[in-house]
Amino acid sequence: MAKGIWIFAEQREGQVKKVAFELLSEGRKIADQLGEELAAVLVGKDVAGLVDALGEYGADKVYLVEADALENYTTDGYTKVVADLVKQYEPSALLLGCTVTGRDLAAGLAQRLETGLMTDCINMELTDGQLVFTRPVYAGKAFVKASCPEARPAMATIRPNTFAAVAGAKTPEVVKVTPDTGDIRQVIKDIVRQISTRPELTEADIIVSGGRGMKGPENFKTLEELSDVLGAAVGASRAAVDAGWVSHSFQVGQTGKTVSPVLYIACGISGAIQHLAGMSSAKCIVAINKDEEANIFKLADYGIVGDLFEVVPVLTEELKKVMA
Amino acid sequence: MKILVCMKQTFDTEAKIAFDGDGKIDGKGVTMIMNPYDEYAVEEALKIKESGAGEVTVISAGGAKAQDALRQALAMGADKAVLLETGELEMDEYATAVVLAKAISELEYDIILGGFRAIDDGSAQVMGRVAEILNVPIVNVITKLEIADGKAVATREIEGGSEVVEVSLPAVFTAQKGLNEPRYPSMKGIMKAKKKPMDKKSVSDLGVDVAPKVKALSFSLPEQRQAGKVVPGEPAEAARELARMLREEAKVI
Ligand SMILES: Cc1cc2nc3c(=O)[nH]c(=O)nc-3n(C[C@H](O)[C@H](O)[C@H](O)COP(=O)(O)OP(=O)(O)OC[C@H]3O[C@@H](n4cnc5c(N)ncnc54)[C@H](O)[C@@H]3O)c2cc1C
Ligand SMILES: Nc1ncnc2c1ncn2[C@@H]1O[C@H](COP(=O)(O)O)[C@@H](O)[C@H]1O
Repeated sequence: MAKGIWIFAEQREGQVKKVAFELLSEGRKIADQLGEELAAVLVGKDVAGLVDALGEYGADKVYLVEADALENYTTDGYTKVVADLVKQYEPSALLLGCTVTGRDLAAGLAQRLETGLMTDCINMELTDGQLVFTRPVYAGKAFVKASCPEARPAMATIRPNTFAAVAGAKTPEVVKVTPDTGDIRQVIKDIVRQISTRPELTEADIIVSGGRGMKGPENFKTLEELSDVLGAAVGASRAAVDAGWVSHSFQVGQTGKTVSPVLYIACGISGAIQHLAGMSSAKCIVAINKDEEANIFKLADYGIVGDLFEVVPVLTEELKKVMA
Repeated sequence: MKILVCMKQTFDTEAKIAFDGDGKIDGKGVTMIMNPYDEYAVEEALKIKESGAGEVTVISAGGAKAQDALRQALAMGADKAVLLETGELEMDEYATAVVLAKAISELEYDIILGGFRAIDDGSAQVMGRVAEILNVPIVNVITKLEIADGKAVATREIEGGSEVVEVSLPAVFTAQKGLNEPRYPSMKGIMKAKKKPMDKKSVSDLGVDVAPKVKALSFSLPEQRQAGKVVPGEPAEAARELARMLREEAKVI
């Protein structure tokens, strides 16, 4: 019988993604309830140094899969080595972070393993021995609870920031795997990284977003200053993206990114249904808008009715003092 | 160049969600659209066709109404459509992918395009599964695609940047916003579309096992968020007060 809760410990450039620690922490609880082992699958090149951190967040075991060909993520290479490992050890569940990589890997992997996959989940619980996942559909306008009753492993990708990452000391057993990376058909020609000290939008605890009310690209600097004080990511409405003020990777909403930060500050955003779909699960929403009738105020925890060009600079200065 | 586009009909983004008597999402009276990401896929297919010789076939699995979305693609300039009628079948992404892959395997293809995600209950996995079943490489969430000499060079979005990936054809690509600007069907296009071939097949005739792997247990709506407080005072004063409230009351910073 399939046994063991597995977490895909996503790393890029020698850094484990925070969401992997979140999954280990929550996976620990599930594994304890089931009396099963919690294992992390770590894939890459020269990544053995990351094993301890995975133990720290609860892994009993780490499958360490290293090869030169696995230095960069490729769909084919990673699908092959993880699928082979799953077939060999038959875990009961395999969880991944819902990141660009997690999503990419999970789909092909689920098909190769002929199993079910629930994506972008925001909760997981055990009901009668089955893992039941909650996932938003229609961009958060509704939720569905679902399970994968028979096929194993049950697979899910979990949205970053869903669970808390809690460190507890463990020294994991390391299983070194010599992988067959197979034929990798995706050839990585180039990786371009925008140099940014800000966190990734989908992982950020705090997001400062701007909409059409920003009036122009140059004014996003005002938001950057605010976000730097808060250690926040910058986001945008589609209106700001379509106007060409910021790149589409900033867009929050039904056809952009879905985010669940602790704090979301919407500046000059009216609160169209498509925008709300992407951010209404934020724990605390702040709206700054000069129109007191703006829809965003209907769900904002705190609102300021006023000109954002007056409000934001003062807020930035005040927060500097508060955060000091 | 034979280009296939998988496209799904979805609820309009303005749609409000309600449940039917069985506690499932009710589609009655909801305006349906082509999944926005699939519009980028169709547009890209048309651009590839226009840059050389080619034929674009659009494929959708769904109810009879999905024809409307297929017709829209034909009106944009696609050549043929295939409708895989699902009837009363309960499908999950596994089943959908099996069905699409089976239909595709009966066609010729060099390039298969889809959206990176369906905006309804979509989960950004159908195309990955299709690629796996067909055993062709996939490049996901692309914002640029160049085709030359039986190869494709695609730029895909990754966290905090982008990646340039080369694959040999045939291959699957999924479209992200930024790939192109989808055209609107012209009047002439709409007229022409009516005469273009629409091949209809019942999913049950495809001879594949469509038993879903995932079981939906229950649906619910999010808790309605309540309007909170408007921080009083002149802008500067309110900003000062807000900073304090975020720390002391909301405790989020
Ligand atoms: C298929 C489809 C998909 C979509 N997907 C998305 C999506 O993913 N994300 C998304 O965001 N939208 C999406 N939209 C667009 C959405 O419908 C809205 O058009 C968009 O969200 C509006 O952006 P906005 O709030 O910035 O602009 P507006 O609605 O124009 O609002 C601007 C706001 O700024 C305020 N303002 C102006 N000046 C100031 C000032 N000086 N100080 C303070 N406030 C000021 C105004 O009062 C106004 O409320 C989608 C639409 C469609 C049809
Ligand atoms: N029923 C369907 N018929 C045709 N294509 C589909 C269908 N479902 C999903 N797709 C394709 O797969 C992409 C991703 O969908 P999903 O995995 O459901 O988010 C969509 O953008 C479509 O291109």
